[in-house]
Amino acid sequence: MSGELILFFILALTAILTAAGMLLSRHAVYAALYLVLNFGTVAIFYLLLGSPFIALSQVTVYGGAIMVLFLFVIMLLGAEQITAEFSWNSVVPAGLLGLALVVEALVLVLQKVSASNLQVATSVIDAAPEPLAKQLFTVYLLPFEITSILLLVAMVGAIILTKTEKKG
Amino acid sequence: MDSGLILEWVIKSVILVMVLLTGFAYLTWYERKILSRMQIRIGPNRAGIFGLLQPIADAVKLIFKEELIPDQAEKILFILAPIVTVVPAVVITATVPWGPDIMVFGRTIHMYIANIDVGVLYVTAIASIAVYGIVLAGWSSNNKYAMLGGLRSTAQMVSYELALGLSFVAVILLAGSMNMMQIVEAQKNVWFAVLQPTGAVVFLIATLAELNRAPFDMPEAEQELTAGYHVEYSGMKFALFFMAEYTKMIAISAISATIFFGGYREFWFLKDTFLSVDKIALLGPIYMFLKIIVLLFGMIWARATLPRIRYDRLMSFGWKAMLPLSLAVVLVSAFGIALAAINPLYIWFIPIVSIFLGFLTIGLVDRSLRRKVYAAG
Repeated sequence: MSGELILFFILALTAILTAAGMLLSRHAVYAALYLVLNFGTVAIFYLLLGSPFIALSQVTVYGGAIMVLFLFVIMLLGAEQITAEFSWNSVVPAGLLGLALVVEALVLVLQKVSASNLQVATSVIDAAPEPLAKQLFTVYLLPFEITSILLLVAMVGAIILTKTEKKG
Repeated sequence: MDSGLILEWVIKSVILVMVLLTGFAYLTWYERKILSRMQIRIGPNRAGIFGLLQPIADAVKLIFKEELIPDQAEKILFILAPIVTVVPAVVITATVPWGPDIMVFGRTIHMYIANIDVGVLYVTAIASIAVYGIVLAGWSSNNKYAMLGGLRSTAQMVSYELALGLSFVAVILLAGSMNMMQIVEAQKNVWFAVLQPTGAVVFLIATLAELNRAPFDMPEAEQELTAGYHVEYSGMKFALFFMAEYTKMIAISAISATIFFGGYREFWFLKDTFLSVDKIALLGPIYMFLKIIVLLFGMIWARATLPRIRYDRLMSFGWKAMLPLSLAVVLVSAFGIALAAINPLYIWFIPIVSIFLGFLTIGLVDRSLRRKVYAAG
């Protein structure tokens, strides 16, 4: 077994454990921190795939900015402890549905995906940021612009929602 | 990859960490000396000549202090927080080049630890991770003041990260690369601080806010929050926060020297003389050291001169002045580069327009402050 494969399995285990920890943690701050660790592991996955740009973007945007805001909101609201009572009865139907979905997805993936059609255009996620930017601004320009407009709309919406009308 | 390479990396990393930690100790001495000079005092002068042994005395004192952990604190996070704060401060300089390649024992030694294509992005990634230490320290102490300090620092660092990132973008555009080495080499003829002065000023202000240094030291505002996020920390745990702040000061100075002030390259008037780094490679770290010293002096000077900004003004300054200005800086840089493709002389469009925008921003901030005073008056 090569070193990279061993590293992959360790990381995969960490990713699954942190994701489970995030779900099972009774404490919102710890759940958020598990999620940060999970994002970190995903970033290392990107590094293993030879794409430092996406890896570091992942750390900056998800690990850095978004999760810090999550923590900020959790602490500001003082919502650290989950007080709601947990009962299996309410979760079982949803859980069964979810499980069926996961099994279906797994079956589909195992049937359709083989080593031959897994050859993603790795040149797109090349090591250097320049080829990535070229692809993003030529071939994938429309999705890129649509995403940015979506983000802009979300931002404007957030501002309008928090704006309070001045009286008088 | 031969074993010599791994040994080389280990040696370089150890040297860098040692330099940063010694630098931290003597930066406290440097700061106290400068502050005392500016306040017409003498400053530390008992331990050793010029008080040079004072940092060592302080370190010994801190080691022997009692370490308290509050009874109601979240123990794990309380202990983890100082570590999470220190590690990014030390590793952030990994991509900074300290000089051109040198030859030692017939081996080419690179004066950097990692020369990656996304060096600038690495810096922003590590800087954004650094927030966690302060937030967790504030929250895990289970103390209202510490909590408020942690919340303030989160809001502040997230807000000023935008201006910081956008001034990085201006540099990336000018250099045409995210690689730190190529950014330095692109400043061979003219520093980016000359080409994009407003970008440099925005960057320096944003770094002060990122470092929680005066006049942006809201998270530890003594009058309001006693000591902010580290109010419950004592002994070596407090020393780690202290160390993180000062190590970060050195690291940020090194990064600003690299991306705006020509990095390890000589001053522009020494170009092509025998003092150029192309002639004597070992001058690289010396130039770097001089630039870092000057930038650190600037930070300490700001602390000695400027009073702390009120919190709401700090936030509105970040969002309403720094963010639009840094966006404009990016736009102007992009326009200037497009114009320079027509005629290289048009590159001077960038500094002229961006200086104008800088003064315009100062004028607008001044006007809004005057209107507030008038409305209150």
